[in-house]
Amino acid sequence: MKDMLIIDNVTKRFGGLLANQNVSFSINEGEIIGLIGPNGAGKSTLFNCISCYYNADGGRILFNGADILRKTPEAICQMGIGRTFQLVRIFKQMTVLENIMIGAFLKYAKQGDAAAKAKETANLFGFTEKLALQAGSLTISDQKRLEVARALATEPKILLLDEMMAGLNIQEVRETTDLILKLRGMGLTLVLVEHVMEGIMPIANRVIVLDYGEKIAEGTPEEVVNNEKVIEAYFGKKYIAKRRGHTAPLQ
Amino acid sequence: MEGVFIQTLVSGLLIGFLYALIAVGLTMIFGMMDIVNFAHGDYLMVAMYFSYWFFVLFGMDPLYSLPAVTLLLFGLGILTYYLLIKPIINAPMLSQIFVTFGVLIFLRGLAQFLWKVDYRMIPQTVLSGNIHLGDVYIGIPQLTAAAGAIICNGLLLWFLKKTRLGMALEAVSEDKEAARLMGINSDRMFALAWGIGIATVGVAGALLTSFYYVFPEVGANFGLIAFVVVALGGFGSVTGAFAAGIIVGLVEVMSGFLIAPQFKFMFVLALYLAVVFIRPQGLLGKK
Amino acid sequence: MKKGLIAFVIFLGALTAFPLIFHDPFTRHTLIMIMLYAAMGIGWNIIGGYTGQVSFGNAAFFGVGAYATAILLANYGISPWVGMLVGCFFSVALAIIVGYPCFRLQGHYFAIATIAVGEIMLLVFTNWGYAGGAVGIYMPILPESFMNFEFHTSKLPYYYIILVIFVAALGVCRLVEGSRLGYYCRAIKEDPDGARSLGINVQRYKMIAFSISAVITSICGTFYAQYVLYIHPTSTMDLMMSIQLCIICLIGGLGKLYGPVIGAFVFIPLTELTRVYLGSEGQGVDLMIYSLLIIILAIMRPQGLWAIFSKGTAK
Repeated sequence: MKDMLIIDNVTKRFGGLLANQNVSFSINEGEIIGLIGPNGAGKSTLFNCISCYYNADGGRILFNGADILRKTPEAICQMGIGRTFQLVRIFKQMTVLENIMIGAFLKYAKQGDAAAKAKETANLFGFTEKLALQAGSLTISDQKRLEVARALATEPKILLLDEMMAGLNIQEVRETTDLILKLRGMGLTLVLVEHVMEGIMPIANRVIVLDYGEKIAEGTPEEVVNNEKVIEAYFGKKYIAKRRGHTAPLQ
Repeated sequence: MEGVFIQTLVSGLLIGFLYALIAVGLTMIFGMMDIVNFAHGDYLMVAMYFSYWFFVLFGMDPLYSLPAVTLLLFGLGILTYYLLIKPIINAPMLSQIFVTFGVLIFLRGLAQFLWKVDYRMIPQTVLSGNIHLGDVYIGIPQLTAAAGAIICNGLLLWFLKKTRLGMALEAVSEDKEAARLMGINSDRMFALAWGIGIATVGVAGALLTSFYYVFPEVGANFGLIAFVVVALGGFGSVTGAFAAGIIVGLVEVMSGFLIAPQFKFMFVLALYLAVVFIRPQGLLGKK
Repeated sequence: MKKGLIAFVIFLGALTAFPLIFHDPFTRHTLIMIMLYAAMGIGWNIIGGYTGQVSFGNAAFFGVGAYATAILLANYGISPWVGMLVGCFFSVALAIIVGYPCFRLQGHYFAIATIAVGEIMLLVFTNWGYAGGAVGIYMPILPESFMNFEFHTSKLPYYYIILVIFVAALGVCRLVEGSRLGYYCRAIKEDPDGARSLGINVQRYKMIAFSISAVITSICGTFYAQYVLYIHPTSTMDLMMSIQLCIICLIGGLGKLYGPVIGAFVFIPLTELTRVYLGSEGQGVDLMIYSLLIIILAIMRPQGLWAIFSKGTAK
């Protein structure tokens, strides 16, 4: 389905700070979208606007045609948008199974059904042996995956993943990209805020680049990597000018 | 009728200054470390008992024993911080609530055990009697208490705004990390805040003992009033507490006079509910 | 699970057989009080222990249950069982009216708000002539019968009624624990914002938990009115009672099914013992003991005495 999620001129202000400014793009069903940009570009703010932890000050956000700008976070999830958080949030005092069950309860009201759904989801993530472990005792990498599992159990259509690969080693990054591709194979649409380029670039259909709250580029990973504005955003005007001024490559 | 109205106004004002003093420690502590001291009113009770016993055992008028009581409460505040608060400063809110809640129960139990539930009152103090201003009678102890409260609040404000130590306290309250980077030891500042916060309650208690009954539960209502003042003034704002104290004092006395005396406390409580629903950050609150 | 069930059946059997072995009214009375407070503690635990919303005003529900029964019986001759239902209705209404605005508030603001509401209720009932004011209401003495919910010759019927209420409260809590509501409440306690990202309407579930808490506590209030046959504001709506409910759950184990039970079995006898053995000299000693326990538990092991009975994994 084309244009499943439409971000239309979204603006978000915090006092004098313009965190998101007229950001516009759309996401089609089944895509893997990368949302990148330097620190402070407004990526997580945008996620928070989409999932309604903040209410955007201007513009529209349309999901399957419905305007979701002023909804509540729980309504967003009920409509089919799941998310994870930049600083991993799981229910540390509960077991792995219980964590996922909380997600499963959205669509499966009875305890038995929710438990079954949770176990099924846990299998996808390789948690079958770890169901009874306390979530707080898992490694950070496992905790992040648990957070995704939990969100997946709500049977969303879109998953917003916020810096899922941060702090992972190369092996873990590869496992994560495999997981994301598997999720896409299951019919999900995924939007990833990322800094780990070797993780997101190989798998994204399209990449959107934010800088200082504005969208500065959009396109395939190859297009974005060679985009002047993007390079400028990451490396700064001075560096670009220096590079242009030298005929020989810098050391 | 006119005279009675002015009388009520004056009474409300006077007690309001005292309420401000009681509340200012509570708001300071919250502003610094996000902890609500549920036992705040009961420290007031302890101060009152100290004053009372200084009188009974040594014949000292509460006004003269005030410095000693203040010092004792200052020490008590610091002790509380190191013993009870420091361990739970990063604990979940539930644990924090229950620790100060535990102190509340402990202090009341202790007072009941040591001094029984009898109501006690100091029979004759250095300042008694009334002043007569036109139609208005002002009790001298109440006036002194209000004056003492104003002086103490003023001193505190001066301390916080004009002295290095005070400004360090404010800095930690604003941004703990930044203050640490500037060499301010937040642990010591927290202890100091507790010391000062409880000491102000000590002053208030000493002033109150001149004209108020002393009994184990006396902290309950004053504590609750302190919460209302802090909520109205804004959790964390010292100036807010000052303004809010006066408002609460006026609301209490005026509602008692204009509507019904037995319900005046209810209006104060209703004020709390109104504030947290309409404007949770209070008048000048930062949080 | 099996072991737990066996233990529970034995416990229930012991409770049922107890008054048949011990006939003296004082022992029976103590156990009645234990079960009454345990049931109320279970009620508090649902909102406070499981959902993490500290209420210092649950005594208000107790009072509503007591007064609804008393007013209906004394003024209109209506059966206390009807009064019980009416009390439940008003208690839920109160829970919703208070909860709807208050649950938007952060933890400690909410706790203070519950104190405020509790104190307001106390003030209102102390000054409300229709409800007997400060003097309260004396229940009319009726012929002994189940229908009339009054028994004069023996405490035995009261014992079994409160036993049923207690077991019912346990049952409700157990049901909640294993249901979606229970899981959601625990999620809300730990991370309300994270819970919302999973589609949980935090406000709604807090209200449901609070309402269940209100109903259980209200039923206990009705029982108390019919047991003691005299109620007044201080005995039914005092802040101290709300505080006692917290104490019971804290020392027994927050958010654990049997926490309030253990808490009540410690609290009531200890309070009675200090009163009997230390008399007026010992007033306040029990409070000091509880408070030290609470403080220590809050600082070190938040699970309460329950942790000693279970194969406690230190969290």
